[in-house]
Amino acid sequence: MSEKVKVSITVNGATHHDEVEPRTLLVYYLREHLGLTGTHVGCDTSQCGACTVHLDGQAVKSCTMFAVQADGGSVTTIEGIGSVGNLHPVQEGFWEMHGLQCGFCTPGMIMAAADLLNKNPNPSDGEIRHALEGNLCRCTGYHNIVKAVQYAADKMAGKVGAAD
Amino acid sequence: MDKLFGKAVKRVEDPRFITGTGNYTDDLTLPGMVEAAMVRSPYAHARIKGIDASKALATPGVMAVITGQEMKDAGINGIPTGWLHAGIKTPPHYAIAPDKARHVGDIVAAVVATSRQIAEDAAALVEVDWEPLDAVSLGSEALKAGAPSVHDEAPDNVCFTWSLGDKAANEAVFAGAYKTVKLNIRNQRLVPSAMEPRASLAQYVKASDEYTLWTTSQNPHIHRLLIAAFIMGIPEHKLRVIAPDVGGGFGSKIYQYPEEIIVLYASKKLNKPVKWTARRSESFVTDSHGRDHETVAELAVDKDHKMIGLRVDTIANMGAYLTTFAPAVPTYLYGTLLAGCYKTPNIYVHVTAPFSHTVPVDAYRGAGRPEATYLLERLADVMAHELGEDPLEFRRKNFIQPEEFPYQTPVALVYDSGNYEPAMEKAMELIGYKELRRQQEEGRKNGKYIGIGAITFLEACGLAPSAVVGSLGAQAGQWESALVRVHATGKVEVTTGSHSHGQGHETAFAQVVADELQIPMEDITIVHGDTGRMAHGWGSYGSRSAPVGLSAIVMASRKITDKAKKIAAHLLEASPDDIVHEGGKFMVKGVPDKSKSFFDISLMAHLAHNYPADLEPGLEANHFYDPKNFVFPFGTHIAVVEVDPDTGKVALKRYLSVDDCGPVINPLIADGQVHGGVAQGLGQALLEEAVYDAEGQILSGNFMEYTMPRADDMVQLEHGYTVTPSPHNPLGVKGIGEAGTIASTAAVANAVLDALRPFGINHLDMPYTPQKVWKAIQDARAVGQAAD
Repeated sequence: MSEKVKVSITVNGATHHDEVEPRTLLVYYLREHLGLTGTHVGCDTSQCGACTVHLDGQAVKSCTMFAVQADGGSVTTIEGIGSVGNLHPVQEGFWEMHGLQCGFCTPGMIMAAADLLNKNPNPSDGEIRHALEGNLCRCTGYHNIVKAVQYAADKMAGKVGAAD
Repeated sequence: MDKLFGKAVKRVEDPRFITGTGNYTDDLTLPGMVEAAMVRSPYAHARIKGIDASKALATPGVMAVITGQEMKDAGINGIPTGWLHAGIKTPPHYAIAPDKARHVGDIVAAVVATSRQIAEDAAALVEVDWEPLDAVSLGSEALKAGAPSVHDEAPDNVCFTWSLGDKAANEAVFAGAYKTVKLNIRNQRLVPSAMEPRASLAQYVKASDEYTLWTTSQNPHIHRLLIAAFIMGIPEHKLRVIAPDVGGGFGSKIYQYPEEIIVLYASKKLNKPVKWTARRSESFVTDSHGRDHETVAELAVDKDHKMIGLRVDTIANMGAYLTTFAPAVPTYLYGTLLAGCYKTPNIYVHVTAPFSHTVPVDAYRGAGRPEATYLLERLADVMAHELGEDPLEFRRKNFIQPEEFPYQTPVALVYDSGNYEPAMEKAMELIGYKELRRQQEEGRKNGKYIGIGAITFLEACGLAPSAVVGSLGAQAGQWESALVRVHATGKVEVTTGSHSHGQGHETAFAQVVADELQIPMEDITIVHGDTGRMAHGWGSYGSRSAPVGLSAIVMASRKITDKAKKIAAHLLEASPDDIVHEGGKFMVKGVPDKSKSFFDISLMAHLAHNYPADLEPGLEANHFYDPKNFVFPFGTHIAVVEVDPDTGKVALKRYLSVDDCGPVINPLIADGQVHGGVAQGLGQALLEEAVYDAEGQILSGNFMEYTMPRADDMVQLEHGYTVTPSPHNPLGVKGIGEAGTIASTAAVANAVLDALRPFGINHLDMPYTPQKVWKAIQDARAVGQAAD
């Protein structure tokens, strides 16, 4: 076992000073050190995207980087993007459009979709599908996920009222 | 009150999932918890000559290395199968192989340590003295003389054979047929791949000698029964099995798996909670696989193009061991479905099920029914082409007619209801079938290869009448139970033996209970997945939750209403027969101002201050519901694809489904089930295959090699419904969980082969990868040139 390394990572607005093994993946730091179990591990080859979080505003697969690589950075997880009563438009879209079934891929999907909308506020069907290529869902056939992202885009553009 | 049945109610379970506050097994941590990692066989077949765990045990943090012999010596039995056929061979399946590994991934030791990382590091230090042995992976190879035996109990590798129908009569039908077609069909092996990898957490409490197992299961009660009664020999009331939020199942989380036994054993041994979570690469070599048939199938018609005979000979690979329902899948869930929607009077099916040195094969979404539908609908397309007839018109000609229900098929099932033509008509109209055919014709003139795959299908689900499945070999009942518990304030807790792992029971079931009890849906909670809260059940698979599990809830709810009427009658000083339940109130018939609310009744049931002398206090009811028959959803699905002849790439252009699952409880959820099912079936047709080499090594052992459908493989789906209720359950509901998968593999496959028709390609085995399609086109062109 290698010696532990000090890291300082801001997660959902709170800065944590911790010691981690250098090999600790960011996703396990979030899940096991911080107890943020909303970020999931669905594979071990960076294929499924269940572990997607934002690091300094960019979507990353947290199973594919070490916690030490996030040292000094700012991470947003599914727990930090919105909450019941104060949902992010993408979270709201997934609920409204039935964009989830078992819910396991959902946090990663939401984080990937939010990243897409940050970069492209008005994506086409094809752009949404392309942007979500790195995230696997086995339940929905992606049909309602695409609709959820479209809903969120409309909501963020002010086209959907909160009461709708 | 407005009925909620049929309304697209947003799911009540979603807030926890969209905010990352779901509660999956791997999310759980208990005080003092330690973690396990498995040592797995890298060989498909090898003798374990010795295990040296000294290096692993010397690693700081390692607490135990457990072997198969140790667990055997401790009296832990093998894992039984839940379905038996006459003459079936059931060799032992130990959680940890004590003597021989029989597939890549078979567990040979388990390491428990203070962390997952330490356990995994130490697992790599366990030295196994292997004697590699010859192995066999393909079913037909396993049956050849001289093939390496998987088990001493079955030296020829035959686990069982099974047949249905009259072989001699079938031969006579074929001898007199106007036309016959024959296909060699491979239904490739698949890996179910629910997105949540399996995980198990066991906690043993020494003071009370009680176990709790949290596990990724579709049916915690089955685990409790198998573990308590068969494997560990402990009383059922000393084992609580909890399946919390479960991230998809698709069949793969039905079965009793070795790791669940190992963590229970380790927890007792170490007196600590023990958790194991699969790495995805482990999932590929441990979770039961699906399909894997090699079949010769023939269809015969008469001069009027009526199907008169079908014969099917299938080799169904069982893999290395029999898992919980494996023997039922290629037999009673397959052979009995071969009539489809058609009036084929004579069907003969023979199945040989060999063992092989591969991961066990069991039910995967649809389980037997997609295999039956695929071959039947391939044969129908090939036959229609031979006859020069439109594929849908050929099917129409052979439909069982609405007035013929209940319909006794030649393969044991009695269809309860059906009306196939309107579903087909609706599908043809919605997609513009004739115009599509015209576009296809025109495209072909311009080197554009459009394919239209139009299929009709039927499935038997809602498993199942207990006496029927018992007579066929099930070692389990297939009823379902429910408990409706009304609290003093009128809030209602409904516990069910059904389990939701994405299907939305917490919403759909609550809608129905709200209608039954005429109370707001917000006052109802659906509880599932915990043997400590629901005493009995059989779980969710075979699209049984709505027709069986929900029927139990409805019947229990009606008992509540009946009792509530008696309480109301007492309070209103009327006869119970004069009490009506309307608009959320219990009132005296014809005297609407004399009424009691559900709250009034609930409160009085608990206080029992002013109460009928002959009635027990309290307001709760349970019900065990045993269905009278299966239910038989059906429909027509049409896929449109385009094949690029230069690259072999198949692109899905449109996909339309018309399903008949009876009355739809929640269209949002029903649509979602179809979407996901269609994607899985399309995955089989175009992308997915568990590839083994001849030595039993899996070559597609992770998501880089096993191609799952991604967002850009799919298009927005089009759908419609017809409604033909089942006559034998209280709501008339059928199932919708598997229909999409059962139909879409055949629809997409037929579409691809329809596109390839101009090249003279009659059949190709799935998946239709670009390489395979491109090569088939090249080969066909070469043959064409040679012939020119």
